[in-house]
Amino acid sequence: MSNAMLELILEATLETLYMVGIAGLIAAAAGIPLGVLLYVTRPGQILANPLTQKVLAIVTNVGRSIPFIILMVAIIPFTRLIAGSSIGTNAAIVPLTIAAIPFVARLVEGALNEVPPGLVEAAQSMGATPYQIITKVLLPEAKGGIINGMTITVVTLISYSAMAGAVGGGGLGDLGIRYGYNRFDPVVMLITVAILVVMVQGFQSLGDHLVRKADHK
Amino acid sequence: MIRLENVSKTYGSGAHAIQALKHVDLHVPKGSIHGVIGLSGAGKSTLIRCVNLLERPTTGSVQVDGEELTRLSGPSLNQARHQIGMIFQHFNLLASRSVYDNIALPLELVGMSKDAIQERVLPLLDLTGLADKADKFPAELSGGQKQRVAIARALSSRPKVLLCDEATSALDPQTTGSILELLKDINQQLGLTILLITHEMEVVKTICHRVGLISDGELVEEADVGDFFTAPRTQLGREFLNDFLELEPPGALVERLEAEPSANSHPVVRLAFSGDAVATPLVSRLARECGVDVSILQAKVESIQGRTLGLMIAELIGNSHDTRAALKYLEAHDLKVEVLGHVQRDA
Ligand SMILES: Nc1ncnc2c1ncn2[C@@H]1O[C@H](COP(=O)(O)OP(=O)(O)O)[C@@H](O)[C@H]1O
Ligand SMILES: [Mg+2]
Repeated sequence: MSNAMLELILEATLETLYMVGIAGLIAAAAGIPLGVLLYVTRPGQILANPLTQKVLAIVTNVGRSIPFIILMVAIIPFTRLIAGSSIGTNAAIVPLTIAAIPFVARLVEGALNEVPPGLVEAAQSMGATPYQIITKVLLPEAKGGIINGMTITVVTLISYSAMAGAVGGGGLGDLGIRYGYNRFDPVVMLITVAILVVMVQGFQSLGDHLVRKADHK
Repeated sequence: MIRLENVSKTYGSGAHAIQALKHVDLHVPKGSIHGVIGLSGAGKSTLIRCVNLLERPTTGSVQVDGEELTRLSGPSLNQARHQIGMIFQHFNLLASRSVYDNIALPLELVGMSKDAIQERVLPLLDLTGLADKADKFPAELSGGQKQRVAIARALSSRPKVLLCDEATSALDPQTTGSILELLKDINQQLGLTILLITHEMEVVKTICHRVGLISDGELVEEADVGDFFTAPRTQLGREFLNDFLELEPPGALVERLEAEPSANSHPVVRLAFSGDAVATPLVSRLARECGVDVSILQAKVESIQGRTLGLMIAELIGNSHDTRAALKYLEAHDLKVEVLGHVQRDA
């Protein structure tokens, strides 16, 4: 294999990591608070608010039910507004992030739901404010579940990024399609697939390791 | 220290409304240990949760240390809750925090410095016998140790009142004993007022000064523990006591019991005696002074809050005139007498 080919593969790998990394970070920054809000506004919860909860639940459900490939196309004007273009690696990050936020939010909500209600009650009996309950009880106690959710998100983003790449976003998916499918070079296709597999494995192992460290159960 | 006046609590509304508390009045004086006992679903948890407003009473007044809590909300309620510690049946420790950090939590909430927190936490680790467990996590502890951490945590903000919601119900009898001892020590050493709820007479017997009996949301009986164990005034109180003492007439006898006396029958009585009466050679005196033979079917002696309590189920054998006299004699000597029924002599 030529040096130029290797360089292409390396570049594509970095592009994938870049897309997934940035989308994952932004999705965590927006999705975790959204997940917390989804949880604490539930009936009987510390900031119960049926209207807010209903609106947020509808928005996240709509976000999660749109197939990624359709979302990508549907938000092109928005992508252009944010990234200045509708193709390229930066442009791909926009739909990836939009797709990941409700995904993260639901996983975080699920992780918070696993925290025994008695712990919130104990904190309330100590005179904790809702903010203190979120930061000192809910988030630390759900940490393992949240890390788990983020791992699932990153793995999902890796596969979505291959799709995004196919429509001009760059990265390993793009490379695999261009060389493997269009130019019928099975070696390159296999290599890109192998790298994706290793990447998913790596993130999963890292996630599992962090979960074990977070959980004192 | 704790005063509930006419407290009612209704869950839900309309056809699904459940009235969990009905016009409850309760007063727990400073420094005392007050128990509330009742069957499952009687409203015990609701009652204790109304004291720190984890449940807001539908109507009525809740005062702790003279402060009317039902008027408070938000920050002022949180402020008041720092004065009220609470422990739970399932401990409710944070799995993500070490023993030390669990105990420190209430102090972190009020923004205390790390050094000041350490000055509070270390003596509490000693008091609760957890000095060597400071860095352990809850998952590494036994149930009894977890409850000790919970107690230390509840005490760290130096509350005036400790609420215990079935604090020993998840523990084995031996561990229950050691946790109750700890609570007793705390009450004596720190003068802490304790309100506890339980479904176990053993708990009431071991540490309470006064006890209330709750049934279907109503406080139906309240008494000093010694009185409650010698002479409960309600049917439910007697059932609790009998279950505790396991003193029921034998099944074969129950079948033969008749409500009304007849020509050839003897009364079967349950006698409860406390204090001096225990020492009296009761049986022989009944025989001598009333001419009645006492056939003891079951008997038991318990020591409760330093008072001796005896219980006996016995058949009084003699003619109807003499047995009536015997009952009078017993009552005159401060024994609680309950006639369970009458049996035919030669059945
Ligand atoms: N949050 C709640 N919502 C509706 N009903 C409740 C709630 N909590 C308790 N109850 C009802 O109130 C009654 C008393 O419950 P509780 O105080 O938990 O009793 P206990 O602690 O004596 O077992 C029960 O009938 C129970 O089903
Ligand atoms: Mg209960």
